[in-house]
Amino acid sequence: MPVAVPELMPALPEIFLASAAMALIMFGAFRGEDSTRTVSWLAVLALVVAAIAVPVVTQSRVTTFAGLFVTDAFAVFMKELILLGSALAIIMSMGFNEREKIARFEYPILFLFATLGMMLMVSANDLIALYLGIELQSLSLYVLAAFRRDTVRSSEAGLKYFVLGALSSGMLLYGCSMIYGFTGTTRFDVLAAMFAGVDGAEVSVGLIIGLVFLVAGLAFKVAAVPFHMWIPDVYEGAPTPVTAFFAAAPKIAAMALFIRVLIGPFGDLADQWRQIIIFISIASMILGALAAINQTNIKRLMAYSAIGHVGYALVGLAAGGEIGVRGVLIYMAIYLAMVLGTFCCILCMRVHGRMVEGIDDLAGLSKTHPMVALALAIFMFSMSGIPPLAGFFAKIYVFFAAIQAGLYTLAVIGVLSSVVAAFYYLRIVKLMYFDEPVEAFDRPIERGMGVILAGTGVFTLFFFAYPGPVLNSAAAAAAALFAG
Amino acid sequence: MLDIGLAHYLTVAAILFTLGIFGVFLNRKNVIIILMSIELMLLAVAINLIAFSAYLQDMVGQIFAMFVLTVAAAEAAIGLAILVVYFRNRGTIAVEDINVMKG
Repeated sequence: MPVAVPELMPALPEIFLASAAMALIMFGAFRGEDSTRTVSWLAVLALVVAAIAVPVVTQSRVTTFAGLFVTDAFAVFMKELILLGSALAIIMSMGFNEREKIARFEYPILFLFATLGMMLMVSANDLIALYLGIELQSLSLYVLAAFRRDTVRSSEAGLKYFVLGALSSGMLLYGCSMIYGFTGTTRFDVLAAMFAGVDGAEVSVGLIIGLVFLVAGLAFKVAAVPFHMWIPDVYEGAPTPVTAFFAAAPKIAAMALFIRVLIGPFGDLADQWRQIIIFISIASMILGALAAINQTNIKRLMAYSAIGHVGYALVGLAAGGEIGVRGVLIYMAIYLAMVLGTFCCILCMRVHGRMVEGIDDLAGLSKTHPMVALALAIFMFSMSGIPPLAGFFAKIYVFFAAIQAGLYTLAVIGVLSSVVAAFYYLRIVKLMYFDEPVEAFDRPIERGMGVILAGTGVFTLFFFAYPGPVLNSAAAAAAALFAG
Repeated sequence: MLDIGLAHYLTVAAILFTLGIFGVFLNRKNVIIILMSIELMLLAVAINLIAFSAYLQDMVGQIFAMFVLTVAAAEAAIGLAILVVYFRNRGTIAVEDINVMKG
């Protein structure tokens, strides 16, 4: 029986990345441990090639593999962010891994597989494709969290991440099975057509149960309250560059999937899921603001900050519509720059060749490392949403979307919680600039790290002067989601 | 003579799934039991998918179930590997001892 070969062009970047990862495994296996740096740079090169290929192969919305895989402007925007985050995280890791003696060639390859999983998540157009993308990503991330395998903290982080991640996959899967059972299809396109113009009150209870489980599973992946309990421990225990990666790329992929699922197939059931999103958004914003105040470990602080930021991004999703989605996309792009820059600063926190993670260790940084202190101050001001830094615009767009959708309470709570959250961000700035210096951090800062720090810092600082490219591509991406 | 219909399968699957969730949260003894509970959840989903597939006369559910089984195997392998690494460092896999970091 002849089998039709599916159109491979739209999935070319993914196919390339998968082949590159497998070729690099062979390369690393034959060359041994001393090839780590080469493999790392080749992995970065593969990510860059994929990032160039993504917009080239996508001119308009195309589906392939019998409709399981979709690529459109939305996917291009999200994939570019993911590829950028992964590539920068690999560059940030190299020096750290060599110093800490965990430089193995599997490390960048796991990054590549995780990135591949994220790209498949973004392009998923079917519940099966969604599940497989999530699992490819998660399984790589579990191993990465436990990568520093001779320490208790890292292996404990891996174990906790694995148990809770597997639990969330199970819930997501149960939701998928209910949706399949009560609609008879797993295809997003068919689901969207089925619900077009349907009154929300008419849909069956089984479907709603499935939707709730699906949203719970996805909320786990973005670490929104009440499914956030894994994130502080995983952030604290995992090696710092891995934490930087966790904070950047997987968040963006999970948020992309969240948007794709809720706006695509279930867009017409917005009344059913909006209440849930509003609830987890408010809970995340408040918990992110309050729980971070008492933290003494900077990585743990960043974990609670991440919970808060997911809450703000979900405000845009709760608002829905093109403007809301555009707000989320802008938020994620700016968040990527801020969080990568912040983790560059955290990676600079080394005293006598040993990593330190206490917030108090930052005291007096402005006197010992003025440039790092300046960069960190920019990121902290930006995260707390002080104009005219990028973080301010990120918040403005989602709050405006919420107000336009009539969700005044949500916007007010968002503004209030960001005022509370400003306390702990500004406390770091105060420590750096007004406290007596403790022991200075080691010099010099790696060149790659300095470049990333400068790049993200300039983006965050001068976003207001030249916001056009990000705003326009986010608007195009959001429009693509609603055109189809 | 009792007819076994879709509802019975769904009930069994729902009970197994709930047992799996409770196994993860209530178990205070051993991490291996958590791994078994996770497996139980995934298998409950597989029952669900196959029951729906038979009921709807649609192959997609069975294909989905095959994928779930495959991924569950990979997941168990990685989970056990991480558990072995943890045991080497800590010397115990009792759930109440996994507390180097609070949370």
